[in-house]
Amino acid sequence: MQTSWPEKKNARAGHRAAEALLRHSRRWLLLLCLFALSVIMVGPIVWTVSTSLRTPAASFSLPPKWLPTDMALENYAEVFARIPFWRQIFNSFFVTLSTVFGQLCTAALAGYAFARLDFPGKTLLFWLVMATLMIPLQATIIPVFVLISRIGLSDSLAALIVPALFTAFGTFLLRQYFMQAPKEFEEVALIDGANQWYIFSRVYLPLTAPGLAVLAVLAFNGTWNEFYRPLVFLITDANFTIPLGLNTLKGYMMTGSISVVLAGVSLSLIPVVLVYLFGQRYLIEGIMVGGLKG
Amino acid sequence: MQRAVTTRKRTSLAGWLTEPTLAGMRRRKALLGYLFVLPTILGILVFTAGPVLVSFGLSLYKWNVFRPPTFVGLENYSRLVSDTRVLVSFANSARFVILAIGLQIVFSLLLALALRQRMATWMRYYFRTTFLLPFLLSGAATGVVLSYLLHQEFGVVNYYLGLLGIPRIPWLTSGDVVLYTVVLAYLWQFVGFSLITMLGGLSNISSEVLDAAEVDGASGWSWLWQIVLPMLSPTLLFSAVIGVIGGLQIFDQPYVMTRGGPGDASRTAVMTLYEAAFKNQEIGYASSIAVILFVVILAITAFQFAMSKRWVFYQ
Repeated sequence: MQTSWPEKKNARAGHRAAEALLRHSRRWLLLLCLFALSVIMVGPIVWTVSTSLRTPAASFSLPPKWLPTDMALENYAEVFARIPFWRQIFNSFFVTLSTVFGQLCTAALAGYAFARLDFPGKTLLFWLVMATLMIPLQATIIPVFVLISRIGLSDSLAALIVPALFTAFGTFLLRQYFMQAPKEFEEVALIDGANQWYIFSRVYLPLTAPGLAVLAVLAFNGTWNEFYRPLVFLITDANFTIPLGLNTLKGYMMTGSISVVLAGVSLSLIPVVLVYLFGQRYLIEGIMVGGLKG
Repeated sequence: MQRAVTTRKRTSLAGWLTEPTLAGMRRRKALLGYLFVLPTILGILVFTAGPVLVSFGLSLYKWNVFRPPTFVGLENYSRLVSDTRVLVSFANSARFVILAIGLQIVFSLLLALALRQRMATWMRYYFRTTFLLPFLLSGAATGVVLSYLLHQEFGVVNYYLGLLGIPRIPWLTSGDVVLYTVVLAYLWQFVGFSLITMLGGLSNISSEVLDAAEVDGASGWSWLWQIVLPMLSPTLLFSAVIGVIGGLQIFDQPYVMTRGGPGDASRTAVMTLYEAAFKNQEIGYASSIAVILFVVILAITAFQFAMSKRWVFYQ
């Protein structure tokens, strides 16, 4: 049977409308799924903050309440009473900022040299650095622990900082950024009578500011959250960094109130969330750069 | 003019270096190069490259800190292969890595593809931020929080599952369940990280290629298998390599959540290493565990790169 022209056209239009509807509803379904997942991702953090403000009696209340109910700030005071938390906050900042600063210095120098200076043995040394990227922390931790004890640094913040001042990953990362900077700037600077140190520190270093920011954000997050090395190297409560403090706090509160522990957890989140708010561009760039060069 | 004459005599090292010629500049740059890499090279030799070699050496000794080390050859290794706790923990690590990394790659890829569709900028920003949020937190913090949420009696998770008619799951107290709990906790924390990696990989593929294939009517599956996956293969390889290296070393979150229990059900290889070295002070024995872990990681990474020749395409 033959259908007339307009009918065929209608049928095709109808088909197209149905397809559009299907695509449309699929789109909404997908968005709904994404939204549900995002609630699962954020839920535990919202619960943490709101439970940290509840009185101990209400801390395990079910059904869970997602908004703060009691504003029980005494939980926060209790954290500082139970463990030397001020001291641990100071320790965390001290270790993190020294490590970040140290890594920026050593990696900027080495990255610049590998990218822009020529010297015999450069390729060999660069591959040595790259090869150590493959070495897991577990394969070095015992000898480093022995070394740290021998030189009398165990149970000190220096035990965490000194071995972390050098970074193969950071060197590689900054080398990439230095290589992207135009060569011509050096020639111009030379004509102006600049010396090599000036060319590094005043010409190329400012050009790699985004790379430095990427390394700074990644190193900040990594060091702030570090747990394994502090657990191995530190013994005394007063020398602990925050993640270790939280671990002890959880132990103390086994039978007590979880609100106090969650107050400690909430405080520990503030710096990384702030760094993310101001530096997310660099954090995301850092993760992507790592991925692309892999 | 006068200066050029004096430097040509090359009377001193300083003169040799400050010579205002191209050769002099090359020398200055080379010296600067050595000075610049010196801290990093020294640091890496002392704290990474050296210790790896020392680990191999220590694994041949019996040494419990209090008495001087004695050479025992491969004894630590023969003890290791009959130590049930070590074997169980390595098996746990293997099961964990296969499940966790496999699911992480699949989920983050699906999420990245879902985020490709048209949506308002704030929405994209909202999803990216919320998915990445857990990754920013320390494993210790998330371990504490999740252990409360997953409590069998009073946990929020079981409460909501109860509303759906699902009986209370012994997330952390049953040896049959706990490893899966650890996998789920890992996924919650790290799926955002690989999502960002996947988004980076996708943004490298020109969107014309992806869209054109879609418009050409390539069906969902063939679009995924013949266009997306081959073009994304370098990113997938990276995710797999980084995932396995990191997954075999995971410690913080499971340690804080379970301490390896109940029994040894969630004990990972690194927990056994930690206990042997820093609780039992068996430095030599622990070093042999470290060496095995290192060799396993290297072998798997090498295997992944070798296999990748068959399925990774670089443009």
